[in-house]
Amino acid sequence: MAIDLATGVRKGGARRGARAVRLSTRDKLAITLMAGIPTLVVGGFIWFPTIASVLLSFTNWDGIGSVTSSHWIGTTNYRQIATIYPPFWPAVEHNAIWLGFLTFVATPFGLFLAYQLDKDIRGTRVYQSVFFLPVVLSFALIAFIWQLIYSPTEGLVSNVFADPAHGHVIDLLGNPHQNLWAVLVAVGWRHAGYIMVLYLAGLKALDPSLREAAAIDGAGEWHAFRTVVFPALRPINIVIVVVTVIEALRAFDIVYIINHGTNGLELLSVLVTANIIGEASRVGYGSSIAVVLIVISIIPIVVFVVNSFKERES
Amino acid sequence: MSDESPPTFELEQLASRQLTRRSLFAAAGAGGLAAALGTTTARAAARPARLARVAAGTVSFGSNASDPVPKKAFQQVFAAFTKKTGTKVSVNTVDHNTFQEQINTYLQGRPQDVFTWFAGYRMQFFAQKGLLSPIDDVWATLKPNFSPAMQAASKGLDGHFYFVPIYNYPWAVFYRKSLFKANGYTVPKTWDQFLALAKQMQADGLTPIAFTDKDGWPAMGTFDILNMRINGYQFHVRLMAGKESWNSPQVKSVFNHWRQLLPYYSQGALGLTWEEGAQQMITKKAGMFLLGSFVGQQATNPADHADLDFFPYPEINPKWGQDSIDAPIDGFLMARKAKNTAGAKQLLTFLGSATAENIYLKSDSNDVAANKLASTAHYNALQKKSAQLIASVKHIAQYMDRDTRPDFASTVMIPALQQFLNTPTDVNGLVSSIQKQKKSIFGF
Repeated sequence: MAIDLATGVRKGGARRGARAVRLSTRDKLAITLMAGIPTLVVGGFIWFPTIASVLLSFTNWDGIGSVTSSHWIGTTNYRQIATIYPPFWPAVEHNAIWLGFLTFVATPFGLFLAYQLDKDIRGTRVYQSVFFLPVVLSFALIAFIWQLIYSPTEGLVSNVFADPAHGHVIDLLGNPHQNLWAVLVAVGWRHAGYIMVLYLAGLKALDPSLREAAAIDGAGEWHAFRTVVFPALRPINIVIVVVTVIEALRAFDIVYIINHGTNGLELLSVLVTANIIGEASRVGYGSSIAVVLIVISIIPIVVFVVNSFKERES
Repeated sequence: MSDESPPTFELEQLASRQLTRRSLFAAAGAGGLAAALGTTTARAAARPARLARVAAGTVSFGSNASDPVPKKAFQQVFAAFTKKTGTKVSVNTVDHNTFQEQINTYLQGRPQDVFTWFAGYRMQFFAQKGLLSPIDDVWATLKPNFSPAMQAASKGLDGHFYFVPIYNYPWAVFYRKSLFKANGYTVPKTWDQFLALAKQMQADGLTPIAFTDKDGWPAMGTFDILNMRINGYQFHVRLMAGKESWNSPQVKSVFNHWRQLLPYYSQGALGLTWEEGAQQMITKKAGMFLLGSFVGQQATNPADHADLDFFPYPEINPKWGQDSIDAPIDGFLMARKAKNTAGAKQLLTFLGSATAENIYLKSDSNDVAANKLASTAHYNALQKKSAQLIASVKHIAQYMDRDTRPDFASTVMIPALQQFLNTPTDVNGLVSSIQKQKKSIFGF
C-alpha cells in the first residue's frame, strides 16, 4: 500500500516537472480549495492543539477562567513530572512494555495465525472468524469481558485455579506486578486478530509461484517463509509496524475502564486525561505529560518517513 | 453470526449518538423545542451545555441522579413544585461520574440554573472561582429548617450561603447482626477490641474486614477516620486544606495504625469494587465493612437489609473518642450563569423545604434527611440509627475527595493510598512523596 502510494507520488512529481502548465482560474480555485481545506483541517485540528499543548505545558493554567490568568512557570512542570510524580516513570515503562509486547508477541502471533490459516486447512473460515471476532469489539467492551474473567472473587481464573470462597484468590486486576500482563493478554487477543487479517490479505495476494519455486529449490517451510514469503510481504510489514506502534501509544480505554489507569496500569495517555479532563483540571501539568507523549510519538513517525523516502529514491 | 452482531451494536450506538447530537443542534436553533428534547435525550447529556435556553416560567435542572430510584424521586419532587408554583422544571440527567468529571467545563459553558452537587471544599472551590451564585436570600427563609452544622456546611469560604442540602449518610463499620449473634461477637469500642475481634474472626474462618480499592476512592474513608480518631477533626481539616505537613509524625501514625489492619483485609482488595466488598459482608464471608450507608443498596433482599447494622469506628485516642465521622452531604447549587434566577431561587427554596425532603426520601432507604423538620416516621432501623449517629457526633467531615482540592485527591492521594496498600512498609518514603506533591499543588 505504502509503495503504491509512493510510486503514485513519484509519477505525479515526474509529470509536474515535465511540462509547465498554465492553470485556468477554475483550476486555481480547485487547487486552492483542495489544498486549502485539508490544510485548514490539519492546522486547526492537529497543529493548533499540538502547539497550544506545548505552550500550555509551560504554564500553571487550571482550566478555569481565561488562559491569561495563568502564569508562565518555565520547565517546572517537566521537572516535577520527572522527579516527584510517582506514576510518571511507571507509565513510560508500561507504554514501552506495551509496545514491546505487541511487537514481539502479539504481532508475530498474528502472523503465525495468518500463515497457518492461509493454507487451506479444513474449517479455515471458522478459525478466521473466531480470531477476527475480538477486532470488531471496542476496547471498552474487551475490558468488561476480561474483567469477568480476571475478577479476584467472581472471576473465571480465580475460581478455576484458586479458591475465593476460602480467601485464596488470584488477583489479576489488583496485583500491580501482574495486572499489566493480564491486560496485555486481552490486548494481544484483539491485536493478533487484527494483524492476522492484514497478513491474510497480503498472503492471498502473494504470487503462488514464488512459493512453488522455493519448494522446487528445496527450501524447507521455515526457510521459504523467512527468505521468500516474508520479504515479499514488505509493503504489508510497513503497515503492520505503523499499526503496532499506533496501538501501543494510543492505548487507553482498556486500563481506564479497569481502574482508571492506576495501581500498575499507568499509561501516559491516562495521566494526561487524569490531570486535564477530570475534576483535577491541572491543564498545564497534564499538557507537559502530553508533550512527552508527542515527543515519543514523533520518533517512530520520523523513522517511518525517512524509510519511505529512502524507498522512493531507490 | 456472532461476529455480525457487535458491529451492528456499535453502529447503532453511533447512529443514535449522531442523531441526538443533530437534534440537539436543531433544538439550539429552535429554542423553545429544547426543553422537550432535553428530557428525552438524557443520553446525550455528556454535553449538557448544548441544551438550549428554556422558555420563561421554566427552571432548568442539571442532575447527576442517573440511577432509576433517585431519578424517579426527583421527578416527584418537581411535580409537586410545579403544582405549587406553576413553574416548570426541565431536567437534564447525566451519568453520575460523567457529571462529576465534567463539572469544570459544565460550569463555564452553559450550565442549568440549578444543579446537584456536594458540600465541602469541592463546593467552596467553585464558589471561590466565581462560578456559583450566592443564595443568602434563599437562606433567609431556610434557616429554621436546618441545624447549625448543616448551615455551616452550606457556606462558602467567604461566609455566604451557596448550597441547599438534601440528605447525607454516615460512614461507619457495617456488619450483619445475625453473624455477630451466632458467633458471640460484641461491638468493639476501642482499637484493641477492634483488632482482637478481627483476629477472632480470622480464626473463625472469616475475612474479618472487607476492603476494596480497585476504584481508588474507597480507601480514603479509612484514612479519614483513622486520622480523625488519632489526630482529631481539626488536624484532619487542616491537613485536607494543605495547612499541615504530610511528612509529620501524626500522618505517619495514621499509616502505622492502618498497617495493623492489612492482615485482616479481603484478599485481592485492589482488584475489587465496593459492590463486591459489600457482597462479601452481606453473604457473611466477611465480618465487617467500613463504608457509607449506601452499602445498603447491595442488600436487595429485605431480610438481609433488616439484618444490617453498624457501629461507629472504634476509639483510638481517648482525647477524641468517637467524636467525628465522615457524613457527606449531597444537595443543590445555583450556577452564576443561571438564566432564570428568580425561578432558580424559587426552586431552591422549595428543595430546602420539609415537603420536598419528605417526597424525596420516601423512596430512599439508606440516606438521612438533611432537613430537621422532615418526617422520620418512615425511617427503617438503619436510617434511625444513622440520624442518631450524625446528631450525636461533634464534627462531621465530608470525605477526602470532597474536603480537599479535587486535583490533589485524584492525582496524588488515589495512587498514594494504593501504593501504601501494596508496600505498607515504606511509610517514610510515601509521606515525603505526598508532601512534595502537596507543595506543588497547593503552592505552599
